[in-house]
Amino acid sequence: MANRTIGGKTVEVNEEGFLTNPGQWTKEIAEELAREDGVPALAEAHWKVIEFCRQDAQASGKSPTLRRITTAAGVSTKDLFALFPKGPAKKVARISGLGKPEGCV
Amino acid sequence: MAEQNRKMAFICSKGNLDMAYPGLFMGWAALGNGIDVMLFFTYWGMDMINKARVDHLEIPPVANASMKMNMMGVPGYLGIPQIMGIIPGMTAFASWLMKKKMKGLQVPTIREYLQMIVDGGGKLYACKNTVDMFGLKKEDFIDGVVDIVTVGDFIDMTEGAQIIFI
Repeated sequence: MANRTIGGKTVEVNEEGFLTNPGQWTKEIAEELAREDGVPALAEAHWKVIEFCRQDAQASGKSPTLRRITTAAGVSTKDLFALFPKGPAKKVARISGLGKPEGCV
Repeated sequence: MAEQNRKMAFICSKGNLDMAYPGLFMGWAALGNGIDVMLFFTYWGMDMINKARVDHLEIPPVANASMKMNMMGVPGYLGIPQIMGIIPGMTAFASWLMKKKMKGLQVPTIREYLQMIVDGGGKLYACKNTVDMFGLKKEDFIDGVVDIVTVGDFIDMTEGAQIIFI
């Protein structure tokens, strides 16, 4: 655990850079983490995924898997991989201020 | 020179339902982590991309020492007597049970899983030697199979890749 200032706010992150408390997340944090992960600007389609992930995690207590996102958020696999290039699995969770997805699909 | 992206190649050589899944799980996870993924189908693994076979993969209980009756809710690790395994319908029953369990875990079917991998940018290839042996054509395969390739092509294409044989 360490403290890190992201998007103008000091938050706690784990050794892989994931926020440890989703409650500390802000949209500015998402924007900065997205830039770090190779997503220069977050558009409406990105926010749809991020907001779904946050709501789903709050309801279920765990970070959604890619399969969960595509089936429940109505975002196709192709779009998801295009929105978050080079591996959306961890990226989406990190940008959304959640932990690593726990499922295998 | 730009840093090369990590590459993984999965050789899917088995067509039984239980052995069809590992390459799909790992291939999908690798794609999700930003790795370039190739899946090669050879021998019985060809059933996974054969339009006529993909929805009908089975798991036979005969000679499967790990398949215990606790999958059916019987406590402990009681085996299924091999003689039972040869009763007509046992393979269908075991396959039905496994499909049900997978569905309960929200694991996609083989066909759906392959589509997800294709949509995520994974590349599927069929082995030329097997295609010839089984008398198959490109039209026999599900959409998303890029090409039929020789083992020599495979060796060239997998330069720098981590190769996993299933």
